[in-house]
Amino acid sequence: MSKNLLSRTNIIWTVLVLVLFALMTLLMQMGIINSYYQSVIFNICINIILAVSLNLIVGICGQFSLGHAGFMAIGAYSAGIITKMIPNYWGMLLGILVGFVISTVAALIVSIPTLRLKGDYLAIATLGFSEIIRICIQNMKITNGAAGLTGIPQLTTWPIFFFCMILAIMICTSFVKSAPGRACIAINDDEIAAEAMGINTTRFKVIAFVVGAILASLAGAIMANYFYVLTPGQFTFNRSIDILVMVVFGGMGSMSASVIAAILIGLLNMYLQQFTDLRMIIYGAALVLMMIFRPQGILGTWEFSLEKLLEKWKARASNKGSRRRYYG
Amino acid sequence: MDQFLQQLVNGLSLGSIYALVALGYTMVYGIIKLINFAHGDVYMIGAYTAYWVTTYFGLSFLPALLVCMVVCGLLGVLIERIAYKPLRKAPRITALITAIGVSYVIEYTTQFFMGTSVRTYPPLLPNQSWTFGPITITYLQFVIFSVTLVLCVLLTLIIQKTKIGRAMRAVSADENAAKLMGISVDNTISFTFFLGSALAGAAGILVGIYYNSATPLMGMVPGLKAFVAAVFGGIGSIPGAMVGGLFIGICETLVTAYGNSMYRDAIVYGILILVLIIRPAGLFGKAEKEKV
Amino acid sequence: MAELLKVSSLSKNFGGLAAVSGINMSINEGELIGLIGPNGAGKTTLFNLLTGVYTPSEGLIELETTQGKKQIGGLAPYKITELGLARTFQNIRLFKSMSVLDNVKTAMQKNVGYGVPSALLRTAKFYNAERWVEEKAEEYLKDVGLYKKRFEAADNLPYGEQRRLEIARALATEPKILFLDEPAAGMNPQETAELTDLIDHLRKKYNLTVILIEHDMSLVMNVCERIYVLNYGKLIASGSPEEIQNNEFVISAYLGEEI
Repeated sequence: MSKNLLSRTNIIWTVLVLVLFALMTLLMQMGIINSYYQSVIFNICINIILAVSLNLIVGICGQFSLGHAGFMAIGAYSAGIITKMIPNYWGMLLGILVGFVISTVAALIVSIPTLRLKGDYLAIATLGFSEIIRICIQNMKITNGAAGLTGIPQLTTWPIFFFCMILAIMICTSFVKSAPGRACIAINDDEIAAEAMGINTTRFKVIAFVVGAILASLAGAIMANYFYVLTPGQFTFNRSIDILVMVVFGGMGSMSASVIAAILIGLLNMYLQQFTDLRMIIYGAALVLMMIFRPQGILGTWEFSLEKLLEKWKARASNKGSRRRYYG
Repeated sequence: MDQFLQQLVNGLSLGSIYALVALGYTMVYGIIKLINFAHGDVYMIGAYTAYWVTTYFGLSFLPALLVCMVVCGLLGVLIERIAYKPLRKAPRITALITAIGVSYVIEYTTQFFMGTSVRTYPPLLPNQSWTFGPITITYLQFVIFSVTLVLCVLLTLIIQKTKIGRAMRAVSADENAAKLMGISVDNTISFTFFLGSALAGAAGILVGIYYNSATPLMGMVPGLKAFVAAVFGGIGSIPGAMVGGLFIGICETLVTAYGNSMYRDAIVYGILILVLIIRPAGLFGKAEKEKV
Repeated sequence: MAELLKVSSLSKNFGGLAAVSGINMSINEGELIGLIGPNGAGKTTLFNLLTGVYTPSEGLIELETTQGKKQIGGLAPYKITELGLARTFQNIRLFKSMSVLDNVKTAMQKNVGYGVPSALLRTAKFYNAERWVEEKAEEYLKDVGLYKKRFEAADNLPYGEQRRLEIARALATEPKILFLDEPAAGMNPQETAELTDLIDHLRKKYNLTVILIEHDMSLVMNVCERIYVLNYGKLIASGSPEEIQNNEFVISAYLGEEI
């Protein structure tokens, strides 16, 4: 692990991220990435936020949640409603913050009683909660019921998508490489042993759940402020499954895997757009085949680490050096 | 009060259908500890099979019912053999994700071939009804009650009195011990899927006629509700599934009649969460604890 | 020597079965206590009661803490661990997906001293705390002789080393009392002898009180100062190793009664 904030790896990461951002911006401005591809990329950014945050709950902490779409809906509707009233960036910021507050409260209400449940029961309970959220949105006046919200100001721009995505990835990876993250992994490995080692298991499960829910609501908010329209139908159980597919497909417990899977699936969706039904069949079949033949996902728990890569390079360089000395 | 009694009858007929589906959930969970997410879709296939055989082959109700049960039963066995059998030793979450995948494949394959349009049935049952004081029972409701009752009795007899039923109970209690006693675990599990899916097939034709419609995604929400019914009664418990199904059906009908029908589904999920929090083992279930 | 842990009329029933009943024990600071008994005598159940895995049906467990005597029976396991009781498991329960070092770090949760905000913001506090945690965890691994294997996956260690890692992990919670559930199970005589030395070393270094369940009598009789004997959920004897070896109840419990 890097020993301080200004470590070599952290600096290299920052530079890489900024270079990527500059490159993409340039391509967009030159029109090489046209507006169609732009919206594909923006969708991928949203999906990356959703995938890493769900991975925090499911892959790291081992709490099988099928309710991510519910938290996303909370964020989307909070931002949508508030920016319709205050159509500027202050409104958007306020909308995002209100979304955080509501999704935190909702996550606490959901998690404190249900996280005592194990595995599949928890999955069904969270699914139920997310459906309740959707049904409430569908029946409320302020959300305009089943017809949904239209004319939401388009405030989300490429830099906002990009840096929200980077922020989400940073939050999740920092969380994993810290004491609370270790506690969550321990709970996933062996809950009884974790508790015996002084870990308040409920507390850490709730923390992971709340952090995940907040990030999902962030994804919802930036989505609402880009696509003009929000309907409750966007946040069904299928949405939660879509996110789950990315996490499982990449590899539960690995953040880099979730990012890669979100990108691959985003590109796949682009090609399958005209065959919606076929896409769902492929999704379903992919899930089944994946679980039978490679349940750990394409990357398993492998995590990309710049630090290890640099060390490997260094070792190889010095090996070469020493070999030369030896033979020379 | 009169209206209440009438709603109760309506609720019981809807509840009977849920009970039939819930039985499949409970039996499968009881034997391999899997929430068979695809179970609701087997029920959808039942409704489509009924549509198919009644419209194109002109079958009457009873033969159609039998065909639906057999088709769905075989589908259940097929699903189990292809998707779940390789995962018998895998973590439960792996199996659950697989079940979700299977559910997607069935739903969208049906949609791919049949389209999203609603299919309606030819008239299968006489449009007759009887009035007892304040209550009116339609012919269809009468059929639903009798079919459910007969199937439940048959199921109980199979489980309690036959050799294969004993094998099912044995595998459910301890798979390895059952294997050592010479029981073919694979066949027993397949048979359990056959029975559960056949019941879902029966529910499929009944609900198809009840609402006079079949759509590719019709199984998802009732499937979840039937699962709630199974959890309410105590998952793994046969009488629990029956009672749970009736309870959910009545709740839903009463909410529609006296409350806001838009919140009907939310109430069912609310019940689920309350049950899970207050008594996760359900009405008739037993709690389990991990050994340290 | 001051009394550290006092157990009075402790019982646990599972349905109609009394797994342990009417246990009275008194454990002083710094003692090394053995808990023996035939299979199914209730030893692990007693451990589970003391460490909070089970809630007692009856009776008290009192621990001497900095705020005086405290009844800990029925508290959540993590709270009991925070108060200074740590344990190992009979059927090894390591965090399998983690490295050896991370297993130990994870057990230092209560002393890590920073929360989620610091972790997410990567404050100076976070880096300082992590550095301290790492050094400390390495020290525990040196104690049990696993320092060189600190980056290996816990799951890949041989059996005996997994048992030692469990001990290091328990030490990392900074306990006053260490419960060892069959630490020598599956070890050969040489490993057992090394374990005996290790327990002795750790006890002195960390000023520990140790209670161990063990079937290996050579270990129990060599290191334990006092022994409690359980049979059918009841304490049938207690005393020094010599007293226990000559106690007729104990002999009949292990060898059966003469007919």
